[in-house]
Amino acid sequence: MPDSPPLVEFKDVTKRYGPGPLVLDRISLEARTGDFISLIGPSGCGKSTLLRLIAGLSPVTSGSLRLGGPGSGAVAPELGFVFQEPALLPWLTVAKNVELAQRLAGRTAAQRTAAREQALARVGMSEHASYYPRQLSGGQKMRVSIARALTLSPEILLLDEPFGALDEMTRGRLNEELLALRGQQAWTAFFVTHSVAEAVFLSNRIVIMSAHPGRLHTEVPVDLPYPRTAETRLTPVYYELVATVSRLLRSVERAA
Amino acid sequence: MSRRLLKFLLPVVVGVLALLLWYYLHFAIVADNRFLLPRPDEILAAFTEHRTELLQAAANTAKGALWGFGLAVAVSFALALGLSLSPLVRVSFYPYLMILQMTPVIVFAPILVLWVGAGLKSVVVITFLICFFPLVVNTTQGLISTDRTLLELFRLYRASRWRELRLLRVPSALPYFFAGLRIAATLAPIGALVGDYTAGNSGNDGGGLGFLTLIYSSQAKYSALFATAAITCALGFIFVAGVVSLSWLALHRWHDSYERSDL
Ligand SMILES: Nc1ncnc2c1ncn2[C@@H]1O[C@H](COP(=O)(O)OP(=O)(O)OP(=O)(O)O)[C@@H](O)[C@H]1O
Ligand SMILES: [Mg+2]
Repeated sequence: MPDSPPLVEFKDVTKRYGPGPLVLDRISLEARTGDFISLIGPSGCGKSTLLRLIAGLSPVTSGSLRLGGPGSGAVAPELGFVFQEPALLPWLTVAKNVELAQRLAGRTAAQRTAAREQALARVGMSEHASYYPRQLSGGQKMRVSIARALTLSPEILLLDEPFGALDEMTRGRLNEELLALRGQQAWTAFFVTHSVAEAVFLSNRIVIMSAHPGRLHTEVPVDLPYPRTAETRLTPVYYELVATVSRLLRSVERAA
Repeated sequence: MSRRLLKFLLPVVVGVLALLLWYYLHFAIVADNRFLLPRPDEILAAFTEHRTELLQAAANTAKGALWGFGLAVAVSFALALGLSLSPLVRVSFYPYLMILQMTPVIVFAPILVLWVGAGLKSVVVITFLICFFPLVVNTTQGLISTDRTLLELFRLYRASRWRELRLLRVPSALPYFFAGLRIAATLAPIGALVGDYTAGNSGNDGGGLGFLTLIYSSQAKYSALFATAAITCALGFIFVAGVVSLSWLALHRWHDSYERSDL
């Protein structure tokens, strides 16, 4: 659908925090429904800031950022945000944490229960519904955090290094689970990561950023068909893309 | 000997040794002055003798302590909510709160009697003033220490300020609140006693433990005086135990200050 309006459209967006230095410089980027865009770049290049702008947690300084729903775009699309930390309320059980988004959105108790049970089942955490966050492992907490973000059926899912703190194996498994979830709920994703392998495995577009100020450096399309599985990581195309992106990233980091 | 048995026995041994030392000191004093350090059995006898008035006084003091404490909790919570609104509000009010805290309440006790009248009311006000400060400071600190990411989560879902307060800021302030409550609980019975000592006894209820302290020391009933101290001590234990239980109920399931159960 090349003619449909983009779901997220950055036009010459710049961002400063207060009187501080330029954090993002003339960002122009369009995301179409179904995109899985990974943002990768040196620390401090403004990846988190870019997500915060989309989420409306911080205003753009100049330029325009437009979020369109399907069709007219009059209604702001539903957003989900998965933070770097699981961001669970420690005094609530897993079940109540997953319900939180629904609760804040004013859904009825019946709706909440249904959405909660579905989301917990999807991330394989139904058995842990009555646990408190401190009783969970890092990977389990992240699953709960993702489940919460999915309960409102978001059109756009923003993920800020969600698996950064996890070991390689858990991260790999959660990557596969994340793609499986996307097969069930077709959200458009912005995914911040420092792992090239993760970016290649998940996305159809990888955006490499440079720092001081944050700019879009290069975009690399990932022509690997979905659904992707653990096998995908063994294909030559995958290897080559990892190598290409790593090289680009190194050149960006050397310039910084 | 097993460690557990040792853990149980050692405090008992220390207690027995302390008692022996007490008796030794009592008998070491020249016979004429032995009344200055009554023996535990004399104290117990004094308690039995003055049982009725001691328990009545303890009840009066407990009442004053409870009212002052409760009032301090309620008012300090409301004030902490206000103070948590903005740093500007805090810098405007904190210096005066500090002044209030540094002011020795006892100095005002005599005039307090003129303002609100002697007896329970004065005791309540003095207890309130003593408990108030640690509660305000701790609760405010708790309310402004909310995790930033969690606040952003609430903003993302466009939660109202009321919901943010009720579902996020107040629960995450609870550990701080209970820390303040624990301090206040140790202060409340002492505050009530001091209040009662200086401004108690409205005349019809016989006053509280502070008033009895005055009476017994003027009558040189030192055994009874020690019994009064013991009762105040017990009252303090009950207060602290109450708060510790409440705190356990509210926090043990999720807060890190309570060991995750490895049973
Ligand atoms: N709330 C804020 N106030 C002021 N400056 C900020 C704020 N948040 C971020 N910045 C600044 O903006 C720049 C970009 O920060 P951002 O967190 O977006 O980087 P990032 O690419 O996500 O880095 P990392 O990979 O380390 O997470 C940094 O220089 C940071 O100091
Ligand atoms: Mg970041």
